[in-house]
Amino acid sequence: MECPLSKFIYAFFLTTLLSACASGVKLNDVPVEDKSGSAVSSAPVPAPEVQPAPEAKSAVAPVSTVTSDNLAAGPSGVTKVIYFDYDSFLVKAEFQSAIEGHAQFLKANPRAKVSLEGHTDERGGREYNLALGQKRADAVRQSLSLLGVSAAQVESVSFGEEKPAAQGSDESAFSQNRRAEFFYR
Amino acid sequence: MIETSRNLLTFFCVFVLALIPARAEVRVDVSGVGITQIPIAIAPFKGQAVANQKPALIVAADLERSGQFRSSDPGVPLDETSRPDFASIRQQNADALLTGSVTKLPDGRFDVRYRLWDAIKGQDLGGQSFVVVASDLRLVAHKIADQVYEKLTGDKGIFSTRIAYVTKQGNRHTLWVADADGENAQAALTSPEPIISPSWSPAGDELAYVSFESRKPVVYVHEVLSGKRRVVANFKGSNSAPSWSPTGKSLVVTLSRDGGSQVFTIDAKGGDPKRITQSGGIDTEAVFSSDGSAIYFVSDRGGSPQIYRTPIAGGPVQRVTFSGNYNISPALSPDGKWLAHISRVNGRFKLHLMELATDKVYPLTDTQMDERPSFAPNSKLILYSTQILGREALMTTTLDGKITARLAGQASNIREPHWGPFPKP
Repeated sequence: MECPLSKFIYAFFLTTLLSACASGVKLNDVPVEDKSGSAVSSAPVPAPEVQPAPEAKSAVAPVSTVTSDNLAAGPSGVTKVIYFDYDSFLVKAEFQSAIEGHAQFLKANPRAKVSLEGHTDERGGREYNLALGQKRADAVRQSLSLLGVSAAQVESVSFGEEKPAAQGSDESAFSQNRRAEFFYR
Repeated sequence: MIETSRNLLTFFCVFVLALIPARAEVRVDVSGVGITQIPIAIAPFKGQAVANQKPALIVAADLERSGQFRSSDPGVPLDETSRPDFASIRQQNADALLTGSVTKLPDGRFDVRYRLWDAIKGQDLGGQSFVVVASDLRLVAHKIADQVYEKLTGDKGIFSTRIAYVTKQGNRHTLWVADADGENAQAALTSPEPIISPSWSPAGDELAYVSFESRKPVVYVHEVLSGKRRVVANFKGSNSAPSWSPTGKSLVVTLSRDGGSQVFTIDAKGGDPKRITQSGGIDTEAVFSSDGSAIYFVSDRGGSPQIYRTPIAGGPVQRVTFSGNYNISPALSPDGKWLAHISRVNGRFKLHLMELATDKVYPLTDTQMDERPSFAPNSKLILYSTQILGREALMTTTLDGKITARLAGQASNIREPHWGPFPKP
C-alpha cells in the first residue's frame, strides 16, 4: 500500500479514535433536541381557533345583527350550488337563472357579502386542482359582475379537491364535486 | 486508547441480554432490484435487545431503501471490538461489514458504537460512539447509516433528514414531521380544515403550507421547534403553493388577488408580493431552480397544463415539458440535474423524471395516482405520494425507478409529503 492512502487511513483512524474517545462531546453535535420527541410536541399548536363570526363584531347593534343574519342566508329559493362539466369552467345555461337570483339579491342588499367557493373532483394534483377550482369560482364571479354586482361584495376562493360534496371515485361522485358554491357571510 | 475502550465495554457488557432480536422491526417495504448494489453484512448490534430500537435493523432498512445496498446478516456474533473472519464474510459475497454494540449505561442512557470494515481488504474504515437517551436511538441509527453510506458511496447520506406530510382522519387534518423513513412522527399542526403543500425552508427550521382554517386557502410559515407561526399570504382570493427561495429569504406563492391564479414572490416575513408570471389562465406550483435564478411552474397558457421556466428577474418564458397533455408538480433536484413531475398517461397520474441536460423523460413508477414529488437533499431519491390497493401511501424511489420503498406512517389518508434539507451541522 502506497503512502497517500495509508496516510489517509491513518488520519481517519486517528480521527475515529479521537471522536470515539470524545464521544460525549461529539454527541453534542447531534441535533438531539430537534428529535427527542418533546421538541415538536412540547409546543403543540392547538387546533386553529374559530374565527370570530362577523355577527359578533356587530352584536352591539341588535338591528344590524338581525339584518346580517338575514343577509347570511342569501336569497331564498335559489340554488347555492353551480355544477360544471369535466375540465370545464363554463357556467351552463341551466344555472343562469340561479346566477340572476343571486345577482338581484346582492344588488338589493349592498351590505351582503358572498364567497364563491370553487371545487373540483379528486383527479389530478391538489395545487393544480386548487387553481382549477379558482377558475370555476372566478367564472361565477364574472357572471355576477356582468349582471352589475359590485366586486367589493364578492370574493372568489377555491378549495380544489379538498372538500368533496360526495365521497367516492366514480363519475356520479365526480359530477357532484365539480362545483362552485355561494357562501354568504 | 483501544484498551481503555475495551475495558469500558467489558464493564458495560453486564447489561447485554441477547444477541438476536426477538422480532423483525423493519417496516419499510422495499421492492425492486438494482443493478449496482453494494453487498454489506450487518451484524445485529451486540446488546441491542436491551434497547427499544435495534440499530442494525434501522441501518439495514435505511441502506436498502437507498437502492444502493443489499444487506445480509453475517450469522456470527460480532461487535465493534471483534476481529472479523473476513474469509467467511467474503464467502457471503459481502464487500463490507458493519458491527456494533448497544450498552445501557447506569444513568439510563445508551452507548451505541459501531465499526465499519472493508471486507475485501480487511481494512477498518472507522467507527464512532454515541451516548444518547432512548428516544434518540433511531436518530443515532440514522446517523450511522449516513456515515456508512458516505464512506461506501462517496455521497452524503440522507437518513437523518426529516420529511413533512399530512394525514386526514375523519375531519381531522394533521401536519406531521417525521424521520426520513416515516417513523418517529410528531404532529406540528392539527386542524378541522384541510392542510396542503407543506414546504421545508432551506434551513430546515420552518415549514410553509396552505391551511384552509379560515374558510379559504391562506399561506402560513410555521417554526417547527417552537410551534410559532405567521400568516405570509392572505390576500383576497386564494393563496397557495408556497415554495422557498434557496436563501430562505423569500417564497414563491400562487395568488388569485389580481384575477386568475398567478405566481408571485413574497418576503418570508410577509409584505407586498411581486408578480412574476403574466397570463390570462393558470400559473401555479412554482419552484426555484437550485441557483435561485429561475422558477419552474405549471401553466395552462398553451391549452393544457405544462411545465414552464422563466428567469426570476423577468425574461422569456420557456416551455419545458412537451409529451402528453398534463404535466404538473415540478420538483428540481438540489444538484440541478433533474426535474421530477407528474404526467398523466392514459388517465393515470405517474411520476416522471426529466434529465435537464438532454430533455429526456423517463416514467418511474407502476402506480397510477402519484402526486407531489420532492427530492432527497442528496438528489438520489424521490419522495412522493400515491395509492396502493386504494389506500394512500408515501413512497420513495431511486432515480432509475428500480428500487421503491413504502414508508412507515399512519395507516390511511397520508399525503402531501415534502423532503427536508440536510440538518445543519
